[in-house]
Parts: sequence; C-alpha cells; structure tokens
Amino acid sequence: MSFISYIINGLSLGAVYAIIALGYTMVYGIAKMLNFAHGDVIMVGAYVVFVLVSGLGLAPLIGIFASVAVCTAAGVLIMMIAYRPLLQVSKLAVLITAIGVSYFLQNVALLIFGADTKSFTSVVSFKGFTLADGRINVTGETVVTIAACIIIMIVLTLFIKYTKAGRAMLAVSEDAGAAQLMGVNVNGTIALTFAIGSALAAVAGVLLCSSYPSLTPYTGSMPGIKAFVAAVFGGIGSIPGAFIGGLLLGIIEILGKAYISSQMADAIVFAVLIVVLLVKPTGLLGKEVQEKV
Amino acid sequence: MKKIFTKDNSTYIIVILAYILVEVLINTGHLSSLMKGLLVPLCVYVILAVSLNLTVGILGELSLGHAGFMCVGAFSGAIFTQIIGDSMNGGLRFFIAIIIGAVVAAIFGIIIGIPVLRLKGDYLAIVTLAFGEIIKNIINILYLGVDDNGFHLSTQNAAALGLDPDSGRIIIKGAQGISGTPTNSNFTIGVILVLITLFVTLNLIHSRTGRAIMSIRDNRIAAESIGINITKYKLLAFTISAAFAGIAGVLYAHNLSSLTALPKNFGYNMSIMILVFVVLGGMGNIRGSVIAAVVLTLLPELLRGLNEYRMLIYSIVLIAVMIISWSPTAKAFRERYFGFLFKKKKGVS
Amino acid sequence: MALLEVTGLGISFGGLRAVDDFNVIIKKGQLYGLIGPNGAGKTTIFNLLTGVYKPTDGHIILDGENITGKKTADICKAGVARTFQNIRLFSELSVLDNVKAGLHNEFKYSTFAGIFRLPSYFKNEKSMNEKAHELLKVFELDEEADVLASNLPYGKQRKLEIARALATDPKLLLLDEPAAGMNPNETAELMDTIKFVRDTFDMTILLIEHDMRLVSGICERLTVLNFGQILAQGDTAKVLNDPKVITAYLGE
Repeated sequence: MSFISYIINGLSLGAVYAIIALGYTMVYGIAKMLNFAHGDVIMVGAYVVFVLVSGLGLAPLIGIFASVAVCTAAGVLIMMIAYRPLLQVSKLAVLITAIGVSYFLQNVALLIFGADTKSFTSVVSFKGFTLADGRINVTGETVVTIAACIIIMIVLTLFIKYTKAGRAMLAVSEDAGAAQLMGVNVNGTIALTFAIGSALAAVAGVLLCSSYPSLTPYTGSMPGIKAFVAAVFGGIGSIPGAFIGGLLLGIIEILGKAYISSQMADAIVFAVLIVVLLVKPTGLLGKEVQEKV
Repeated sequence: MKKIFTKDNSTYIIVILAYILVEVLINTGHLSSLMKGLLVPLCVYVILAVSLNLTVGILGELSLGHAGFMCVGAFSGAIFTQIIGDSMNGGLRFFIAIIIGAVVAAIFGIIIGIPVLRLKGDYLAIVTLAFGEIIKNIINILYLGVDDNGFHLSTQNAAALGLDPDSGRIIIKGAQGISGTPTNSNFTIGVILVLITLFVTLNLIHSRTGRAIMSIRDNRIAAESIGINITKYKLLAFTISAAFAGIAGVLYAHNLSSLTALPKNFGYNMSIMILVFVVLGGMGNIRGSVIAAVVLTLLPELLRGLNEYRMLIYSIVLIAVMIISWSPTAKAFRERYFGFLFKKKKGVS
Repeated sequence: MALLEVTGLGISFGGLRAVDDFNVIIKKGQLYGLIGPNGAGKTTIFNLLTGVYKPTDGHIILDGENITGKKTADICKAGVARTFQNIRLFSELSVLDNVKAGLHNEFKYSTFAGIFRLPSYFKNEKSMNEKAHELLKVFELDEEADVLASNLPYGKQRKLEIARALATDPKLLLLDEPAAGMNPNETAELMDTIKFVRDTFDMTILLIEHDMRLVSGICERLTVLNFGQILAQGDTAKVLNDPKVITAYLGE
C-alpha cells in the first residue's frame, strides 16, 4: 500500500517538475539557450502569492492570477533586457547572463524578504480523499497539481498544433532564419515563448509551495535544475518528452527517497539521467540530428 | 620568435608582480586580515578557472561539473594528510597530498570522461553537472575510519564503522566531513601552484597536442579527416583539466581546518561560478581567466561596504559586462568611438 | 598499378539506396574526375572512402591495403586525405597552425615533451614549421601564415584546405568541388595548382566538380554518377560525348 502512496506522491512532485520542464523545453527549443534563471522565476511566483494571500489575505485565485501576470511580465522583460542582445551571438554568453539574472532575482528576494524561511499557506482548499479504507491518503494539492499538469499539457499541445502563434513557435524552433524569411515575427514568437514559459513557472511555483510549504529566495534553484534534468531526460525541445520526463523524475525521486536513502535521492535522479543519456544520447523522445558532411 | 613580452610571458609576469605587490603590502601592514584570508582562495579560483578553460575554451565542451573534480581532489588529499598525520614532515606530506589529489581527480576525469565525452553540447553540460552533484552527495553520506585492523567504510553512521575503541579514528564523518586538517596552504604555495598550472596549460596549448585539441574544437570532422584521434585528445584535455581542479581542491582543503561538501563549495553553483570566470575572461584566453577570477572574487569584497546590496550589484555588473562585451550593438559602438584602443586580432592568442 | 580499387561499394540510409554497386580503379598519378547531377551521391562516395560513413557492401583497397569500414583517422593514416564541399578549416587557428595540425602524424612528439619542452619538441616543431611554410609557399599563402584561417578570403580558404590535406602526406587526395564559388580566372589558376600538386608531390587525385572546363581541362578519366549508380566511365573526352551522359545533364 505504501508503494502506491509513494507513486501518487511521486506523480504529484513529477507533475510540478513537468510544468516547469514544459516551460524550460519550450524556451530551449526556440532560443537554444539553457535558462538558468527559469527556476528563480518559480520563486518569484511563489513570493507574489505569499504576499497577496498570506500577507494581504486576498483570495487564492487572485493571488495566482497576479502571480502569473507578474512572472509573465518579468519573463518577457528579462528576455528583452538580458538575453535578446546576445541570443544571436553566443549561446554561452546568454548562459552567463541567465546566471546573472538568477543571482539578481535571488538577491532581490533576499533584500525584500530576508533569508529566513517563510511558511507558505496552501492555495488549495479542497481536502482530498482517501482510498483503500483510509490507507492511502490523496491530498487536495496532489489532485490539483496532477490535474493542472494534464490540463496544461493538453492546452499547450493544442495551442502549438492548431494556432498560428503555436505553429510559428514550431517554425522558429526548427529554423529561425527560414521562419523569418517566411514572414514569421521571430522576436515576437520568442517573447511569447518566454511569456508562456514564465507563466507556467508561476503556476509551478504556487503548486510546489502548496505541497512543500517552505519558501526562501533559493526555493526555485533545485527544482529549476531538476526540471532541466527532466527536460533533457525526455529529450530537450520535445513537449511530450518534458511531460514524461517530469513525471518519471518525480516518481524516481520519491521512490529513491523512500526505499534507498533520503540523502541520496538527488544523486539517484542524476544517476538515472546519466544512464538514460548514455543509452539514448538525445533523451527518451529527442530527435537524433546527424551532422551533414 | 624570440619575443619576451609574448602574451604567455605577460601572464607569468602579471602573476609574479601581483605576488610581489601582495607580499610588500603584507610586510608593510597594509593588507587587512580579511584580504589576507582571501589570498589562498584566490589562488584556488585561478587554478580552477585556468583548468576549466582547458575544457571549455580549448576543447570546446561545456562542463558544469568542475567543482566535482575539485571535491574529489580536496577529499583525497585531506584523507591522505589525515592518515599520515604527524609521522611525516608537513611540507613533504602536503606535496604528496597535492600529487594524490591530482591523480585521483584525473582518474575520475577518465572514468567520467569516457561516457560523457560521447555526448554533445548541452547534453554533455547537464551530465557533467549530474556527475558533480553525485560526487558531492556521495561524500556527504560517507563515513571513513581507521584503526589497527585497517580502514572501515560505511554509508550509515559513525557507529556502523565498528572501529576499535582504543586505536580507532574517524576520518570522514558523513555530512560533517573531515575536520582537523593541518592548514598547510599559504599564499606562496598557492602562487607556485598557479604558476605550475599556467606553465602546463600554456605549454600544452602551444604544442602538437594543443593544436590537436583545438582542431577538434574548431571542426571535429576535419580534425578526424587529418588523422587526429578525437577520443584520445578529448579525454586527455578533460583529464588534465580534472587533475588541476583536483590540485585546487587540495589547496582549498588545506586552507581550512574543517572540510565539508556543501552546495556552496562543491555544488553546481561553484562550477557555474568558475564558468563565469572563464567566459568573462574570454574563451581559450588563459590570461583572461586569471584576471577574471581575481577581479570577480575581489569585486564582492570591494563592495562589502554596501552590505546586503553587494551581491545584487555583482549580478547587475555581471549582466552588464556580458552585454557590453558581447552584443553586436555594443561592439559596433566601441569600435566606432574607441577603435584606436583595440588592435586588430591577428593569429592565435 | 592501381592505387585505389573500389568494388561493389554501396550504402543504404534507411530505405534509400544512396550509392549502389560503385566500382572504380584509379592508377597511381592519375587525375580522376567524379561528376554527376546534384544528389547523385558523389559526396557520399567521398564519405565512404574516408570512413565518415561505413559502407553496407563492397571493398575499398588502397595501395594493396583493405581500408573498408576503418575509422576516418585511420584511413587518413593509411593515406587518404580530403577537402570538403563546405569548407571546414580550423577557423580559430592561424593559417600556419592549420597546416601544422595536418602534420600531426608526420612529426610526432609526446604530450609530456610538449609540456616540458624537451629537445624532441624543439626539433619537431622546427621541422614542422619548415614543412608547413614549404606547403604554404606552393599555395602562395606564406604571407598570411599568422592570419586566422577564418579571416582568409574564400579562394584562399579553399587553397588552405588543400594544403592542410597535403600535409598529411597522402597517397590519394580527394577534392570535393574545389572550384565551387570561384570565378573563371580563379578556376584557371586552380587548374594549374592541381596539376602542379600532382606533378610535384607525385599525387593521385580524385575530384568532384561541376565546372566542366576544369573537368575536361585536367581530368584524364571520369566516372559519371546518376541516382547513386555509375552511368558512364572511361576517358574524359569519350565520356563527355556519351549521349547517356548528355541526357542525364541536360534532360531529353
């Protein structure tokens, strides 16, 4: 029975990873950059809800909308100021500015909120349910997180497949130069991708802190890296890959914690990633690109 | 051919002049104790930056796990020092510890390099990050003790070592790490190690091996077509890079009396910080790595007067410097108004 | 005496048969042309000969040695050097270092000797410099020895690629569209250079080219490829007048 609870917890954590990884993989697909600041946007999103809901006592739903709005704006702003001047120049240069942005966001949060851990009030009022005569407890947070992840995944897939903006994203990620020649607004598409990615990060931040209610300026850092791992695990640039990668990673982490060693959970996650990449160098669903000679 | 002020020589000269300057400041009492405490870490960062540049700038592979090799070096060197104890002259013991740190880190470089170097680009980056984190994690659960019966290893706790109560001694105590390492490191030794690192790296770059490594970076397929063994040279560069990170680790471990593997010192954050030094100093530019490591380590200290704002300013400076030095608009502006300050780049640097 | 003997060479990518039953015999010192419409499989044959792709069928014998399916670097050591259709230089290395990289297996000293500047380092570096300058002179690049390869004009980049290939001391030199992007004057000059290389280095050369003046001007024998198969093979003049070949190029 405990095994099933672990799987459910793993799915819940994995759903958060998947939401972050979806944003990560979209941004990677379109800008080909490792956005090390993505995790910190999660933290920003969580603090916004913390201030509005725990601090000012507003309704959770207002908090979530405000959080999404703030993160979307922040994401686009960061992209325009710190990434856009360098996107065409060097991937490594953008990586470094992303690290700079990550430090920046952490230190702004540190200045405003201090280094102490804030206890986050869950935004989920639904109490959850029990299964198997009360032996398995499914929390409201778990239900909401998994549902949110599935809805986001479906909406995102439909958006990319059936809208003009979504198809423009596909085109830009395939070949930005050719897309530009075909009349796609490349800069606008990149901005839209960052906006979506950051909005997803805000949602992920709220869900993460609802399940694990401690918030510090560094809260986003490790989940950011884990989501990056999840995206690579599933094949970076692939949307279903990020979804599957995120869920698997969450399950592996929780099972590793439960059955092997709680201190080694992160190491186990990383070890699984290494094994997967050695067997399949471009991740589970990644495309193999052959260099033309 | 017989120029004295080549770029390489200027790098050595800068290091030696800086050393003399610092020694003068110390002897005339002009250096605060805070700055004195920074001297050995500065050497550690310089060695790390120069050695990472070998992987990132010269070989052209993005590694985010450099701190992992530093960690391996630090712990293997410190374990040796702990085991030998006072039965050996401190200087000789430290010398051997450095060799051991380098060799063990190099072995890890080979073990990790063989699978990792088959991957490309960002996949390689994330896997090196993963290896670095695994190393840090494993060390945090490791217990190592020694008694008359030999070594005891456990991943549970100190009691599980089953040490002889009379002769037993714990060396690594899980997350508490190693404590009581004699502080053999000092600024002079640090600078000597920096010079050795520079000597090996610069001479390597300007040799047949260096050309082979850089040709792989510039065009792997062409390098293969002229008969260069890709795997061999990639692994060689990666291993030498790891070995020097190991040396930096030993220097680091013997600068503090207690050594723990924290995210701060051996986590991916450290690897990323070193990468920042390398990129800011210029890819493949060894002198640039030295300068960037020193400036960026001193910068937060110089901003200390600004208290809690210093890291915020640091991050803004980092972003601004990247944009100013890399963006095409800023470049055009610079060339137009300050063109006379920069000479046209010619040949390899 | 055949330097290169290829029999039944073929490769499939998935369901696509890119090259099928390719045979050729090239004599020592010969200037041999490989022509055909775009997508006929010419570069694929170069990639098979140099081990970039592993052939699914057939044999490649170089100077009596079977090099089929060997690694690219080992095939180079056996004596096959090449240039690329889309120039592949070591762009961040100087012109001189590009050629010295080509001398990698000609003048050897250990990494250790390189780091600690042992006598073998100085001896070999000196010979390398001399040899590299000699090669650069042939291609009139010695003035630009210290320039970054990426800063060379296009025509000189093509020449540098040939110089680098020659530095590996090959028995067989493969040139992939050496005249691509050159004007008629540059092409004429290139023809002289190729002939000069063949005569001075006693080289055997196989080249892919679309410029018919170059092909008819310097190639002694030709193979015409169409849809991965040999369409015609033989003396240049005869092949170029073959109606089958004319149809393949110009259509019915």
